[in-house]
Amino acid sequence: MSLRDGPLGDIRVPLTWSAAAALIIAVIIAGALLFSDRRETMKAQAYDTARHAVDVVASPVGNVISAPVHWTHDGLESLRGYFFAVSENRKLKLELAAERSWRDRYVATDLENQRYRALLGVATDPPLPHVFAHTVSDARGPFANTRLADVGADKGVTEGNPVLSEHGVVGRVVGVSDHVSRILLLTDLESHMPVLVVRTNGRAILSGDGGPTPKLDYVRSSAALQEGDRILTSGDGGVFPRGLPVGTVEKGLDGQWRVALDADASPIDDVQILLFTDFSQLVDENALAAKNLPTAMTEEPSQSIVPPAPAKPATPAGIISGPDKPAAPSAAKAASAGKASSKSAAKPAAKAAHHPAAPGHP
Amino acid sequence: MTAHGVSTARPLNPLFWLGGPMLICVLATVLLATPLRVFGLALPEPVFPLAMAFAWAVIRPSILPPFALLALGLFLDVFWGGPQGLWPLCLLAAYAAVLAARRLIMGQDFLFMWGWYGLVIAAAFGAGFVLMSMDAGAPPNVLAVVWQYLATLALFPFAHRLVERYEDADVRFR
Repeated sequence: MSLRDGPLGDIRVPLTWSAAAALIIAVIIAGALLFSDRRETMKAQAYDTARHAVDVVASPVGNVISAPVHWTHDGLESLRGYFFAVSENRKLKLELAAERSWRDRYVATDLENQRYRALLGVATDPPLPHVFAHTVSDARGPFANTRLADVGADKGVTEGNPVLSEHGVVGRVVGVSDHVSRILLLTDLESHMPVLVVRTNGRAILSGDGGPTPKLDYVRSSAALQEGDRILTSGDGGVFPRGLPVGTVEKGLDGQWRVALDADASPIDDVQILLFTDFSQLVDENALAAKNLPTAMTEEPSQSIVPPAPAKPATPAGIISGPDKPAAPSAAKAASAGKASSKSAAKPAAKAAHHPAAPGHP
Repeated sequence: MTAHGVSTARPLNPLFWLGGPMLICVLATVLLATPLRVFGLALPEPVFPLAMAFAWAVIRPSILPPFALLALGLFLDVFWGGPQGLWPLCLLAAYAAVLAARRLIMGQDFLFMWGWYGLVIAAAFGAGFVLMSMDAGAPPNVLAVVWQYLATLALFPFAHRLVERYEDADVRFR
């Protein structure tokens, strides 16, 4: 006997109701996912398996789709170079003449700079290692601004590595698979980067909001910002190295100070990932580790702690004071126990003081 | 409805009215994520599954579309790199709105339905705006939301085409 022939056969749940029930279940699942999701940047465990899997699959697909774009771009560039060679040559000659004066000024300033650095004993940062990558997909919506790059952990990329185009900072790496990495752009709502204003040396936080020009929050500067002020990374917090070009200040339509990103001027598909994690990689940790620390001068507590003079207890009337002697052995025993324990505690302390400091904690 | 009426109904094949459009949505999303700029402008980034959320609710109420939208939303989240659960909630909000107003929307002419579609996706983007503001602690850029809204609004002809193709497939829901 089928279910339809039974007593419950005539009961029919309206489809709208069953659809509504399915809708509620789906909403509960989605809500649970949203509230349990911890999309914390800079934490490897926040970049879960599903994201890794989609990135790994999306990368070759994006590579295939974007390949014709690269070819077309290269082809158009070649054609343009061929047809506009004469006019471009004329323009380049003019630019070269102008650049020569800049070059002379640069050489003079650089020499002067080197001399000042030598006088001040300032150590310059060593060059950072980097890898080049193609971006294969680009999300530009208001709620997420990320890109996928076709290099990953196999090339030494790790979470937090800064990403640059040929003109300026693009963002930083927030997820890494073997051959793919996801870049959080400066325009993403979750992106916050400490920056400095070149003119005033004032500090601010560059916060993305999903639009093309991120805003400047927490501006700390004696002078107000001006349109056209250059913005660089400040290096505060240690996520980005100091002095990377970011963009130019402009007034937004909403009246807020915003930054027109330098990276927007460059082709979207080529990026450079700096293999920079924090400042400790810029210095020789062995050189920083102290070798000869002075001997710790620990005090022998038994010599400095003077046993308190036994106070003569007031003998109340009717109470016969006991002899002093029986109390003395227990006090002496306690004193000797304290001495032993303080000695045993002092030994490892002295030992630790002789031991060189751990690397990174001089 | 009589048993005779039910027997004459032409059941929809989920592969055609759900599976096919889902696949097209995924492919179109991946295609438009190509890193390309034409005259300095990036490609538009419409939310294709929002058109499906509208069309599926108009065609007929069913148990499957909410879960299909959940899957599509999760795909958008991991592919675009947003917080997981954001787009499923936005898509389901749109589906719920259409399901509630289905009797008012059905059978209307093209422009009137486009207006309804505009209202429904506005509700979805509004939900996204609020959820993202709560998640990130700061509101997203309104202009960026409006741009994506307009790009998604332009997808209505695809949603209408899907509705026209399947709304008469099941006589119970005419």
